[in-house]
Amino acid sequence: MTDTSKLQQSTLKYTPEHEWVLVDGSIATVGITAYAAGKLGDVVFVELPGVGSTVASGTVVGEIESTKSVGELFAPVNGTVTATNGQVVESPELVNSDPFGEGWLIKVEFETLPDLLSFAEYSALIGE
Amino acid sequence: MTTADSSTPASSDRFSPLHQAHVDAGASFTDFAGWQMPVRYSSDLAEHHAVRTAAGLFDLSHMAEILVEGTDAAAYLDYALAGKLSGVELWQAKYSLLLAENGGIIDDLVVYRLDEAKFLVVANAGNRFAAFEALLARAADFDVNVIDQSDDYALIAVQGPNALAILGATDGLTDVGTNLLFMKYYRITDAFFRGQPLLVARTGYTGEDGFELYLAAEHARELWDALTSAGADQGLVPAGLASRDTLRLEAGMPLYGHELTLNTFPAQAGLGRVVNLKKENDFVGRAASEAGPAEGASVLVGLIAAGKRAGRADYEIFRSPGAASADGVITSGALSPTLGYPIAMAYVTPDLARLGTEVYVDVRGTRLPATVTSLPFYKRVK
Repeated sequence: MTDTSKLQQSTLKYTPEHEWVLVDGSIATVGITAYAAGKLGDVVFVELPGVGSTVASGTVVGEIESTKSVGELFAPVNGTVTATNGQVVESPELVNSDPFGEGWLIKVEFETLPDLLSFAEYSALIGE
Repeated sequence: MTTADSSTPASSDRFSPLHQAHVDAGASFTDFAGWQMPVRYSSDLAEHHAVRTAAGLFDLSHMAEILVEGTDAAAYLDYALAGKLSGVELWQAKYSLLLAENGGIIDDLVVYRLDEAKFLVVANAGNRFAAFEALLARAADFDVNVIDQSDDYALIAVQGPNALAILGATDGLTDVGTNLLFMKYYRITDAFFRGQPLLVARTGYTGEDGFELYLAAEHARELWDALTSAGADQGLVPAGLASRDTLRLEAGMPLYGHELTLNTFPAQAGLGRVVNLKKENDFVGRAASEAGPAEGASVLVGLIAAGKRAGRADYEIFRSPGAASADGVITSGALSPTLGYPIAMAYVTPDLARLGTEVYVDVRGTRLPATVTSLPFYKRVK
């Protein structure tokens, strides 16, 4: 399992829906950004798709709930879910405490990588 | 990810006199009734737990303070509000309702009696102008002045089991009227903070013991900092509106715009006792209150559920997993930080209101079972 916590945020790809994507060969590891986690507040419940399920880019594949609100997780790529983070289901607060590392959500095996935002583009989007 | 979070800060005109204190403390802000108010400082869950186990410091300066003063003040409030305010003792507080002629609720209020002929009416920020206009319109036949002083007042709340100890340790905060130690719940006293007058009320909106302090806006920061220092070794943390909402929900306290609206009768919300039909005078909304809500009107209940997926405001309630049409709607809901399971307040048809009734909440397309329970969900051990 890739230890994303040590990776620089600048090497990740992003979606306008505030997912980050770490591409390693044909596997995309997906989480939500610190910005998104901060907007949600304390995450108390995470629902993720089943391993082996097929996901389509831009569709809702999971939910991230805080005490205040509900966020939807969008698949950033077409592909098959190869792993989900059981630890984050057990301890949803990981999404807040380590969104780019221990708080990763799913891994998706894909064939083609769509256009995603660079760190600079995402930073501009959130105004930072 | 997208979020249905309505708390995304929007452009806003109003800032609390304590705004810089919140910025300094690293708060995230939310638009609340046109005010930029702290929604959380770091963690809304941690702030919630701090209030239940130690203490939290809230800025409520957006609330509306309306002074009612004059020979007829008590008689006027008996006419303008649903309760019998003339029966309130000096330095006592009373929860009351401002009703429309049709019996619906314009606002819910806390009224403090500061003198024989002087009352402080505290209204919700979002209803400031509606409440003030209604109060002003009802004053025509009375010898009374109704003055909106909201802009002059800051309001700071210290809530939690350590609140009393923190006030006692606050440098420069001195008793004038009642010694705080002997002050009962729902009482108010005047006091001084470093030579400046303030009002200290033992009231709150969290389900815990606590105090609300009203003082001139220009001295708010100094008091905020003094309270923060006094609370440093008492577990006091600044707490935002996110935790305030989950705290009041656990305590079964209604929030205007959710449980209470212009189309809600107090009786539907379980607030029939707040409407005093025994007082002899007429009051606005009396005739409609006596007639009561329509037959079969929905009633407010508590709901609890298993698991972690909470029903939230506007989610529909069904009597069975397959029922075609809804028989209720949630007005407030969250995963209870204290209890660890989903809780909600909801309006349901009367036949579903019996304690223990099983209903189904449509949580984004999935109908999850929930059980009707009594309010509040959480009650502090005294």
